[in-house]
Amino acid sequence: MALLSIHNYLTTYLVFGAMLFSLGIYGLVTRKTLIGMLIAAELMLAGVSINFMAFNRFLAPDPSIGQIFTLFIMAIAAAEAAIGLSIVVAVYRHYKTVDAEELVNLKG
Amino acid sequence: MTPVPSPELFSADGMAGLIFLIMIGVTLAGGFIAATAERLVRALSGIVICFTGVAGFYYFLNSPFMAMMQILIYVGAICVTISFAIMLAAPEQQLKSSPSNLLSGPLGFMIAALIFGGMSALALTTEWQASPKTASGSVREIGIHLLTTYSMIFELISIVLLIAIIGAIVIARGGRN
Repeated sequence: MALLSIHNYLTTYLVFGAMLFSLGIYGLVTRKTLIGMLIAAELMLAGVSINFMAFNRFLAPDPSIGQIFTLFIMAIAAAEAAIGLSIVVAVYRHYKTVDAEELVNLKG
Repeated sequence: MTPVPSPELFSADGMAGLIFLIMIGVTLAGGFIAATAERLVRALSGIVICFTGVAGFYYFLNSPFMAMMQILIYVGAICVTISFAIMLAAPEQQLKSSPSNLLSGPLGFMIAALIFGGMSALALTTEWQASPKTASGSVREIGIHLLTTYSMIFELISIVLLIAIIGAIVIARGGRN
C-alpha cells in the first residue's frame, strides 16, 4: 500500500475514525469542566461520522443512505450541543462553577 | 479490495495523496489540541481545525455536499455556540488541576489506547465485502430519498431540533427575571 494512494482504501478511514473516537474518549475521561467534556463528545461524534461515510463510499450499494444518516447525526449533535450548553449555563448560574468534581449535590 | 498503483508525486493523483496526508496530520493535531489543551478556548480552536479537516475527508469520500454541511453546521453553528458558552460560563481560566481523579492519569490514556488498538485491529483484519453500486449518491438522489423514503425521519428530526431550541431557551433563561 503506497503512501500517496492511501485515500483509496477503506481501512485508512476506519483507523482514522477510531483515532478520533479514542481521542474523544481520552478527553472525556480527563476533562474536569463540563464544556470540555462536551467538546470531547463532539470529537467522538466526528469519528463515528467518518466511519459511516467511509462504509457508505466503499461498501454500500446506495451511497446516498450513509450521507443521509450522517446528516441526521449532525442534526442530533446540534440539538445535543444546544441542550447541553444551556444546561451548562444554568448549572453555572446556580452553582457558580462548571467543574464536574464540585457538582456533588446528589452525593450521599 | 483491488490494489491501486502508486501514483507519481507530481501528478494530479499524487498531489491529491499529498494533500490527504497533510490533512490527516492537521486533523489529528486539531483533535489532539481539543482533547488535551488546558484552556478551553484553545480546545475550541483545536476542534475547529479538526472539524474543517473532517470536512476535507468527506470531500475525499465523494461527498462535497456533506463537506459543506460539516463546515456549515459544526464549524459555523456548534463551535460558535460552544464559544458563547465558554464566554458565559467559564469565569476564571480553569487549568487542569492535579489528577485527583483515578481516570485522569495514565489509566485514561490506557483506556483510550486500548479502544483505539482494538478498533483498528478489527478494521485491519476484517475482510470487507463490497457490494456493487446501484446508485451514484448525488445531491439530487439525497434530496429524493429525504422527501420520499426518509420523509418521516426528516420530519421527526425537524421536530427534535425545534424542541431542542425551545428547551435550550427555557433552561438557559430560568432564574432570570
